[in-house]
Amino acid sequence: MRNVAVVGIGETAFGEHWEKSLRALAVEAGIAAIRDANIEGADIEAMYIGNMSAGKFIGQEHLAALAVDQAGLVGIPSSRLEAACASGSLAFRQACLAVASGEYDIVIAAGAEKMTDLQTEDVTTTLMGAGDQEWEGWLGMTFPGLYALMARRHMYEYNTTREQMALFSVNGHKNAALNPKAQFPFEITVEDVLNSPLVADPLRLLDCSPVSDGAAAVIIASEDVAKRFENPIWLIGSGQATDNLALHDRKSLTSLRATKIAAKRAYEQAGIAPEKIDVAEVHDCFSINGLVALEDLGFCERGKSGKFVEDGNIERGAAVSINTSGGLKAKGHPVGATGISQIIEIVKQLRGECGKRQVPAEFGLTHNVGGTGATVVVNIFGKELKER
Amino acid sequence: MVHRSSVPMHWRLYESRYNLVGNKCLVCGEFFYPSKIVCPNCRRRGILKRVVFSGKGKIYSYTIIRNAPRGFEKYAPYVVAIIELDEGPRVMGWIVDSKISDIKIGQRVSVVFRKIYEDGKEGLIHYGFKFRVIDENNQLRD
Repeated sequence: MRNVAVVGIGETAFGEHWEKSLRALAVEAGIAAIRDANIEGADIEAMYIGNMSAGKFIGQEHLAALAVDQAGLVGIPSSRLEAACASGSLAFRQACLAVASGEYDIVIAAGAEKMTDLQTEDVTTTLMGAGDQEWEGWLGMTFPGLYALMARRHMYEYNTTREQMALFSVNGHKNAALNPKAQFPFEITVEDVLNSPLVADPLRLLDCSPVSDGAAAVIIASEDVAKRFENPIWLIGSGQATDNLALHDRKSLTSLRATKIAAKRAYEQAGIAPEKIDVAEVHDCFSINGLVALEDLGFCERGKSGKFVEDGNIERGAAVSINTSGGLKAKGHPVGATGISQIIEIVKQLRGECGKRQVPAEFGLTHNVGGTGATVVVNIFGKELKER
Repeated sequence: MVHRSSVPMHWRLYESRYNLVGNKCLVCGEFFYPSKIVCPNCRRRGILKRVVFSGKGKIYSYTIIRNAPRGFEKYAPYVVAIIELDEGPRVMGWIVDSKISDIKIGQRVSVVFRKIYEDGKEGLIHYGFKFRVIDENNQLRD
């Protein structure tokens, strides 16, 4: 397989874009990526687009054709990938595999979601499609509810505290305050989290990522082509794994097996240990999932994530800078776009383009979760191409 | 707007949901609820047999849903838990008819037959299992 690099990035701001349609958001992100790479649309040989549920959010299927059509790229092959909130990362991985295989030299991988056209109750119902509809969704379960079951169990098994979970959201907001693309660019306190309304005990509103609109796109090139670009960021490791769809079928509620499998594969491919990761975007759809990710990705010991966060290890420039973009909580979570957006933040960190939220970084990681962990993708990026 | 169920969908599942019918693999001995189509351990070599579960178990984790999805708004807040059945598998269900102070991890519970939700004014009324707290001797708490 050939090496691949990200040579262009572009995204919309995340937020409640009542004035913009899904197609407008996708095209905006795509054009930004093409402009950043300094290529022509005609250079793009194929498109991969991640989207969770346009069919339910806006009644639109066949996103792959819609996206090339609206972008003026009709003719090229285009595919839509779906794995709930990990859809963007699936699109990225398929795009990378297609380039690595030798089939294409330059492709675009995008992710887009338009969520705010629905009322909150319907968004909650639609998102529950990422779980097991016959045995979780049918009885009125929700995604905050599923993660609340994990949080309760983590508190029970490891004495993780409410304050420790809150600190994960606080860290995200602190970083989002420096990110002009973030939905919530302001700081919050632990008290704010603990005083926010209960959504699904023990999770409160400020433990939860928001309902968002947004799109993100990256241009991926093969090694020979990428070397002609100014600042290619190399994909040096990538893993994707699955687990039982329904939460109650899992052996553990306090660890995502799919994260562990995907991370092991990515670390092995990259030939580096977790300690070498300087900056990571982890999937904090709910604060508890941020904590669990720190353990499953090997940044801290099992059951010790609360203490790890409390000791300041995830702040900018600390042991590992976590969610410098703001994360899903504060940057926003347009589900299909999130995986690509995480990759964009890591590419910007490795390029040194993050301005006030820039951290010293040689290696960066993305961690994108579908559902309650039934699909997980982990990618590792480096500034230099590692000889294999 | 959002599709949740249809008559055949409900009909396919009613025995399982009304009577807590799952299955067991005679080769590896593991119990499954809901029923597996293929034993995940033995796959094609597994032999699956219908099993009616006792409906007794204990709370593995629980939450209180306060922001309900469409169709459940009028029931909120309600308690949803993962129950570890005595036979082994874990299932998801509501906890009802119990004092909130009795709901904790490890607490014994027993299954009850209840309405789950209504598909609007003219749609189906869906029934299934929920759970309630019992004591160590499997007796209901007053």
